[in-house]
Amino acid sequence: MKVMDRRTLVARLREVVGAPHVLTRPEDLVVYEQDAFLVAHASPDIVVLPGAAAEVGTVIALARAAGVPVIARGAGTGLNGGSIPVAGGLMLVLTRMNRILEIDARSRLAVVEPGVVNIDLSAASARDGLFYAPDPGSQGVSTIGGNVGNNAGGPHCLAYGVTGNHVLGMEVVLSSGEIMTVGSPAVDAPGYDLAGLLVGSEGTLGVITRITVRLLRQAEAVRTLLAVFETIDDASQTVSEVIAAGIVPTAMEMIDAVVMRAVEAAIHAGYPADAGAVLLIEVEGHVQALPGLMERIAAVAKRHRPRVLRQANSARERELLWKGRKEGAGALGRLAPSYYLHDGVVPRTKLPEVMAKVAAIARTHGLVIGNLFHAGDGNLHPTILFDPRQPGMLARVVQAGEEILRACVAAGGSITGEHGVGIEKREYMRWLFTEADLQAMRRVKDAFDPTGLLNPGKLLPDVMSSGAQADVKSPAFSVRPRAGLWS
Amino acid sequence: METSVSSMHLPLQRTEPHGPVVPGLQIPELDQCVHCGLCLTQCPTYRVTRLETESPRGRIHLVRAAGEGRISTGERFAEHLNLCLMCRACETACPSGVKYGRIAEAAREVIGPPGSALSRAVARLAFTQLFPRLGRMRVLLRLLRFYQRSGLRAVARVLPRRLREMEALLPPVPARFFTPEAEVLPAIGTRRARVGLLNGCIMPLLFGDINAATVRVLRRNGCEVVIPKGQGCCGALNVHNGETTAAKAMAKRNIDAFLAAGVDAVIVNAAGCGATMKEYDHLLRGDPEYTEKAARFSALCRDASEFLADLGLTGPLGPVDMTVTYQDPCHLAHGQKVRAQPRQLLAAIPGLTLIEMEASDRCCGSAGIYNVTHPEMSRTLLDEKMTSIGRTGAEAVVAPNPGCMLQLRYGAQRAKAGTAVYHLMDLLDQAYQAAEDDAGRARA
Repeated sequence: MKVMDRRTLVARLREVVGAPHVLTRPEDLVVYEQDAFLVAHASPDIVVLPGAAAEVGTVIALARAAGVPVIARGAGTGLNGGSIPVAGGLMLVLTRMNRILEIDARSRLAVVEPGVVNIDLSAASARDGLFYAPDPGSQGVSTIGGNVGNNAGGPHCLAYGVTGNHVLGMEVVLSSGEIMTVGSPAVDAPGYDLAGLLVGSEGTLGVITRITVRLLRQAEAVRTLLAVFETIDDASQTVSEVIAAGIVPTAMEMIDAVVMRAVEAAIHAGYPADAGAVLLIEVEGHVQALPGLMERIAAVAKRHRPRVLRQANSARERELLWKGRKEGAGALGRLAPSYYLHDGVVPRTKLPEVMAKVAAIARTHGLVIGNLFHAGDGNLHPTILFDPRQPGMLARVVQAGEEILRACVAAGGSITGEHGVGIEKREYMRWLFTEADLQAMRRVKDAFDPTGLLNPGKLLPDVMSSGAQADVKSPAFSVRPRAGLWS
Repeated sequence: METSVSSMHLPLQRTEPHGPVVPGLQIPELDQCVHCGLCLTQCPTYRVTRLETESPRGRIHLVRAAGEGRISTGERFAEHLNLCLMCRACETACPSGVKYGRIAEAAREVIGPPGSALSRAVARLAFTQLFPRLGRMRVLLRLLRFYQRSGLRAVARVLPRRLREMEALLPPVPARFFTPEAEVLPAIGTRRARVGLLNGCIMPLLFGDINAATVRVLRRNGCEVVIPKGQGCCGALNVHNGETTAAKAMAKRNIDAFLAAGVDAVIVNAAGCGATMKEYDHLLRGDPEYTEKAARFSALCRDASEFLADLGLTGPLGPVDMTVTYQDPCHLAHGQKVRAQPRQLLAAIPGLTLIEMEASDRCCGSAGIYNVTHPEMSRTLLDEKMTSIGRTGAEAVVAPNPGCMLQLRYGAQRAKAGTAVYHLMDLLDQAYQAAEDDAGRARA
């Protein structure tokens, strides 16, 4: 039922959010066809930049009346294509809603709008000796709303937990346009844990307009160790054994030779470009406790022929080592015009085995794969470098990526550690979940969004037609035929 | 398999090409951008607008899409590209080393100079008839000086608002322009180097004192200073506004003049000029006659602070009792990666205290003629900058680039703050002068 034409919709939207905040020209829309997922893109029909929750509610109600899909977007640093409007539609870009509404130092919590940049919250709470723990590689740019939508992780999540562990509550606009509050600052709110459900829902259940997060007290002291190994295997063994020894560092990151080459060219962080792999291991706590902890970690590392074990001597040195890690993926543009950054998880004991498998897959397909990842969590990021203009290349890259994720699942792991599912991995959901599991998830989606208005074509695979194989082969990302008014 | 994958997600949702590819926008530098987005929050215009189109990644995407013929290179495209300050903070932020400046310059060559038809015509006239011919520039500035000193300035009050604001940006023209007493000025003390000095276009007219100070500081540091007569404007404004034909001619003229002078280095005291001259090799890459000469010339170019810090200051420096903060000119910090050297030199001045401001390497909004073409964005950035400067409590701000100096003086006036604005060479010259005065008093 078409109740509103495009012109009317655009006019109404302009009344609601103001004309400058409604974009309709191709030269304004085209930049929103892609996020940091390089393998697919699709342009929205309209982009709206709301300034307040009430505006979000009205915009969603209008889109619903017009039968136009609604896709929420933050800074566009997502790696699963979750903000790509595969069915066209109206994109809600929440970057203007970037106010920190409250920092309550005594209760150690903050209330923010979804467009607040992750690092700005830590910077603002540093005055009170506090920080916001989830620290994705994109934290200098990505928004807290986007982080919540994808349940983002980060290097220090090994000790502190992922985004979901830090969200206390939120205000969310439902597909009806109504505004709802879920969760509470209390530790154990009565009723369903709807905040828990909305974290990682990738904009498919509602649009988050306000978030209450936990802040942590900054540790008294921190030590950072750079351990250089001749092979990825030596580094992987070290990680497995450190964890097996019952030590939980705040971070344990691996960077392999391919990535080191790019990072060194970019940042000169002091990574040895000719080594097989390095581990960046960090511990936090009381000043007196740290040397002993570092000793124990070093003792494990020494069993695996480290070339160098070096502690950062200054805050500046530590910062530089972390800069190398955080900007590692971005630096890969120095080596190839495109990459496909994967996000698999394996049990930490299986790390050496799966890393060897990744290397074998690279050899089989004649591809270069770089690795920089949260080794302590067993969260791999094999990154396939390629030139999309080479004929047949994309197919090979997608195939190799799929084999890597299969290897993760076969080892008892999962298809995503922190990047989310998006359009990228929704077919792979079938590897982990039965049709009955998926059906239960679809019922949750239907309860929140009965007309399928919000971020269609993401997160969940389509219902299997009867008789189809449960174990679907590639291609992985299917793009739905364009719905809406202007196909 | 192969066909199914590519048909699945590439052509299906792409905006269909509406026109032919644009060869001028097929820029190899585009390939290096992997869309990570780490540049966004370092971009002044993204920080203000929070729009992807006003971010470096967005502009790169626009250039790519326009190059493929998927969007038009018309007015809207030009607006996005022209809102860019060309501060190149994104180049500092980019882990992949994307040379954004080159992408934006190539795009501006395709779209031509910014502004209305009238302002385009005026700009083109200035770029082709004024900057390359310093004689005409002198005449114009003399007229301006006359206007400012006669009662005529009162007339400005009746101008439309936009023109009145532009009028307010005009700095007072000093009573004297800088004219070197000779083409070659000897070193004071032992000769350590023979250097050329870019006199520039605006510098000798509006900032003649700074050129004179630069010459004195260089000579006191054992430099024989050559100011070749054949040199001219560096062409930076031309390059930034897509007028490369004139820029190339201006580059060649400078290359010839300085290479003939046989100098160890070409010293530049304006960051914007230095960044452009260090890239003459790129500007003239397609010119077989000048490829090698341009590379040799670009390798000789040094910002005055870079050169002096590397050479090591000599001679006694007297006290300059002042607290200052330092504004990194974009084309020094991002364009030339020169950050430590100016601070080293400031630290060498006795009595001077440097208090760092927040985000000292964020653009002040001057950006060549940007404060005239985009007054609103320029003032937003300037007000933010003046707040950061104000928070330091410093008496003065040091900004070794004429554009930044004009803008910050305008900012201090707008904010009704008494903050003084200095060039680094000014302060070094004062320190040498103070030492000399002390010595003079001691002798007396």
